[in-house]
Amino acid sequence: MSTEVAARATAEDVARRSYGKLVAYLSARTRDVAAAEDALSDAFAAALADWPNGIPDNPEAWLITVARRKAIDAARRRQSGEDNAAQVRLMAEELEAAAVSDIPDQRLALMFACAHPAIDAGIRAPLILQTILGFDAATIASAFLVAPATMGQRLARAKNKIREAGVPFRVPERGELRERLDAVLAAIYAAFAEGWSDPAGTEARRRNLAEEGIWLGRLVASLMPDEPEALGLLALMLFAESRRGARRNTDGDYVPLAEQDTAAWDAALIEEAEAVLLRASRMGEIGRYQLEAAVQSAHVVRRLTGAADWTAIDKIYDALLALTGSPVVAINRAAAVAETQGPAAGLAALDALAGDARLADYQPYWAARAGLLARMDDAAAAATAYDRAIGLESDPAVRRFLQARRASLAH
Amino acid sequence: MQYLLMIYGNEAGMAAASKEQVGQMSAAYAAYSEAMQKAGVIRGGERLRPTSEATTVRVSGGKTQVLDGPYADTKEQLGGFYMIDVPDLDAALSWAAKCPGASTGTMEVRPIWPMQ
Repeated sequence: MSTEVAARATAEDVARRSYGKLVAYLSARTRDVAAAEDALSDAFAAALADWPNGIPDNPEAWLITVARRKAIDAARRRQSGEDNAAQVRLMAEELEAAAVSDIPDQRLALMFACAHPAIDAGIRAPLILQTILGFDAATIASAFLVAPATMGQRLARAKNKIREAGVPFRVPERGELRERLDAVLAAIYAAFAEGWSDPAGTEARRRNLAEEGIWLGRLVASLMPDEPEALGLLALMLFAESRRGARRNTDGDYVPLAEQDTAAWDAALIEEAEAVLLRASRMGEIGRYQLEAAVQSAHVVRRLTGAADWTAIDKIYDALLALTGSPVVAINRAAAVAETQGPAAGLAALDALAGDARLADYQPYWAARAGLLARMDDAAAAATAYDRAIGLESDPAVRRFLQARRASLAH
Repeated sequence: MQYLLMIYGNEAGMAAASKEQVGQMSAAYAAYSEAMQKAGVIRGGERLRPTSEATTVRVSGGKTQVLDGPYADTKEQLGGFYMIDVPDLDAALSWAAKCPGASTGTMEVRPIWPMQ
């Protein structure tokens, strides 16, 4: 291996493992995330030029030292007033201080800043992907289906708000931790969901996002091992990920969960998910993510028993509905009721939701309705519901699946 | 950091409040200001007279325009403000939430742009 290749491999490895740690450490005092990212990017460029002559013993410490020097240079170039001079002095003092050999991990504090209630909820997941994992705006934009320029502006605006409005870099106190952690977990789950919603895996960037979501979930779970919901979210993502490959058959057609080949599920991921969920449940504090993971667990038990545990799924959705009041949960609960008490009972549960305006454009509501009507041999009503579902679906594989179901209705 | 806490509320509602309600509100504000004094965070604060007494001024093309009324007609109006000095946004938000105006209207929290 040439020295250039070795240097590049080391730099990539450090970026992969420690990017967020370095950004968090560099920005913790100034709260200037953008400046920290710029300085770190300069430091990585310097590393690629310098490391072929010899890779430092502690690459992270080397990067921190160079990044700080770059940050001071950049601040000097901008230097205009007293305030800036004071900041340059502060940074120079930090540089003078003994070189860091053991960089404290402040990634959690950075994540809590990114998911602060003062930051727009829609930009929290992109912000975490950028600051902790180093994704560029164009990559994030394509994953979230937003124009790159727009995403860049929104990220810059959020970082500006963190710096100028005084958003603290801190893990919240016990009293507000629950709510604030929920925001961090929601942002991670949003990143994962963006990746998971591309089941065919045709877009490498999106699939990558599901893996990155799990990586972030593992990170938070390892930094907060006593938070049951952090574990619950990790378990939920692992369960979902285990079924990724089974969601399409070899022809690329959509396969619903109940018809998936259990041999195509990833047994190792399921095993890990079960262990994480068990650890969470022993803490005796139930929450949304643990319940959703428990639903997944009751589904994948089919690989052992031949049938999903619908009685358990029904009960868990009851608890989830009481906790969240979400119409999406209510639809899933209706599907579970149909399995335990028959399609008429399931349809009655769906009818109870019909007044919710949010569901008029929600494909799963119409697909669930169509499926139950078909099972009750009401072909005409089922066809109408399938038409609504087909018209609202954007994934061609799912659309083909719904069209096939509609075509198979008795005339 | 310094923050301006702006208290927005419905003026018409305030004007229609009973004497008892007004007394209650005044006492709540007095206690709130006192708490901020004790904590050493308050840098200033005033109650504003209603927007019916506001006048807007603008100089355009060398000509001074003076208009009767507030800058913008909104559902809730700026009725008062506090200036505070606290470590970060969380502390500022926590003080904003304690303001009696937060339960009857909306608080806007804005960091002060420091003069060089």
